[in-house]
Amino acid sequence: MSNEWRDYLRPGVTLPFCPGCGHRLLLKHVLTAIVELGLDINKVLFVSGIGCGGWIPSPCINTDTLHCLHGRAVPFAVGAKMANPELTTLVVSGDGDIADIGGNHLIHAARRDHDITVICANNMNYGMTGGQVCSTTPVGAITHTTPNGNQRRPFDLIALVNGAGARYAARYLVTEGPALVSAIKRAIQTPGFSFVEAISPCPTQFGRQNKKDSIKAVYTYVESMAISKEGDSTGATLSPEGLLVTGEFAHA
Amino acid sequence: MPWRTADSVLPEGRYYFTGAEALAEGAIAAGCGYFAGYPITPTTEAMEHLAHRLPEVGGVFIQMEDEIASVCSCIGASWAGRKAMTVTSGPGFSLMQEGIGHALMTEAPLVVVDGQRAGPSTGQVTVGAGDVMQARWGMHGGIPTIATAPWSVQELYDGAVHAFNLAEKYRLPVLVMAEAATMHLRESLTVPAQLEVYERDKSPGRPPFGCDAPDGVPPMPSFGEGERLLVTASTHNEWGFRRTADPLTERVLVNRLYNKVMMHVDDISEVEGYYLDDADEAIVAYGFTARAALAAVQELRDVGRKLGLLRLKTLWPFPAGPVKELGARVRRILVPEMNLGQMVYVVRATADCDVVRYGQMDGTVIYPASIVEAIRRTA
Repeated sequence: MSNEWRDYLRPGVTLPFCPGCGHRLLLKHVLTAIVELGLDINKVLFVSGIGCGGWIPSPCINTDTLHCLHGRAVPFAVGAKMANPELTTLVVSGDGDIADIGGNHLIHAARRDHDITVICANNMNYGMTGGQVCSTTPVGAITHTTPNGNQRRPFDLIALVNGAGARYAARYLVTEGPALVSAIKRAIQTPGFSFVEAISPCPTQFGRQNKKDSIKAVYTYVESMAISKEGDSTGATLSPEGLLVTGEFAHA
Repeated sequence: MPWRTADSVLPEGRYYFTGAEALAEGAIAAGCGYFAGYPITPTTEAMEHLAHRLPEVGGVFIQMEDEIASVCSCIGASWAGRKAMTVTSGPGFSLMQEGIGHALMTEAPLVVVDGQRAGPSTGQVTVGAGDVMQARWGMHGGIPTIATAPWSVQELYDGAVHAFNLAEKYRLPVLVMAEAATMHLRESLTVPAQLEVYERDKSPGRPPFGCDAPDGVPPMPSFGEGERLLVTASTHNEWGFRRTADPLTERVLVNRLYNKVMMHVDDISEVEGYYLDDADEAIVAYGFTARAALAAVQELRDVGRKLGLLRLKTLWPFPAGPVKELGARVRRILVPEMNLGQMVYVVRATADCDVVRYGQMDGTVIYPASIVEAIRRTA
């Protein structure tokens, strides 16, 4: 992987991410996909909501970017895309933004099959507000609003968007660089609604509260929650043990 | 020149339209290229009209999953270069407040029509005008935008054009505070052959969020034009970079947003006077209620009362000049409203005379007889 992706960072911007934040890796993967597809950068629009994930495109990426209300990135993107279909339109935002407060917009955009790509940076908690439970927080995980461990089931986002009719869905860890870049490229190239979930460890909030005392320990912990789809032909998005299955789940 | 003379989309002539149809056709005449909405009485008919008419003229129509998504998608479309509009009523208008704030902060031209009904909450689907203060103070932050108050089918058509022109000229959300009474009214409409339309200044290479003038409106290029726009509703500098802990950036931004409205009240805000030349008492009214007020004035003129009417065509920014001037020469002003008293407080703070409230909130329009009685009672 070349360093050409760096050419697409907005000049003068200092990357805003905490040490070890998975979002920095995701930024690189997203831009690498854009570079490798050879897209006209003046016709690419990134839309994001509020939260750490929303900072991946805004201000980091040097294309047109629209930073929106919390939870509403998807409808903003829908409007922009319908107004100008020439725009390659991507939403990059966090799990709280896209799946919690914005969940209804997500499923309706998938159902209506808008030609946009939604990339959800899933760090399993509300990072920017200090680490609260989210609809993607694993059962048992400690957050500031689940001090005794989360007792509520998390969303399986892939099953959610596939149930709503997504044309393409994929889930990878941000540490699975080549696979994630390939998935983002396929998502962009898929006509209609496409979705990529990028599992992105959050050492500062999620890791610290769950007693992971190093960045490496956080990554090991988050990686232990996922299992590769490789060799599994059932199409299941959760393993029998409840692990998040990574891979491509295309519908077309 | 940003102003251009456009040919009417509808053939010139007289039509017999509902307010909803007139509003929709006015929007099309103004160049509306994107509509998103969610059904709600009493604006559904405008939406239904646009569902078939807008695609015919090359526009985009979409029914969204709720009012939040509707207004947000309009902002996305506005930044992508189209003139955008949504229509709703009280409950939806409440849901849209945060989005209206986003449009205000990112300076995205947008038209939001609120066909007001009787509230609070779902209230009644009948007539009311309870959202006029919400138009000024509904969104958090308290920065003013523009709100108009059409009183007829004709003014829903003309007012839609005017609203788009103001939105584009000042780069902000314009709120058309219509009412169920006018949306559902059917009366004659005159469509002129041509109209004046304002097209946004897209000058490239200049900062899209700042300018030297403290009340200025920066140019607004669209997405896809190579400007690499950085658009955020967080506090930002002239190029869009977030400066969320910098007092100076916030001060410069919000003062300009305030000034670009409040320093142009004379250009934006319109009133209409009836029988005011010799009046020693007056009614200040807006929207549908102003029709009843005019009838009441005429009735009382017939029996010798020196009564006049000042109609607020624009609610916000409040046309303080004419109201202040009126207060200096009449002994008393009555403010009838289809709510329990909202604009009356602004009139009272502006006019240096006795200002009397007449509020009615029961889902019916105020009849001329009620205003006549109110005038007589408070004589």
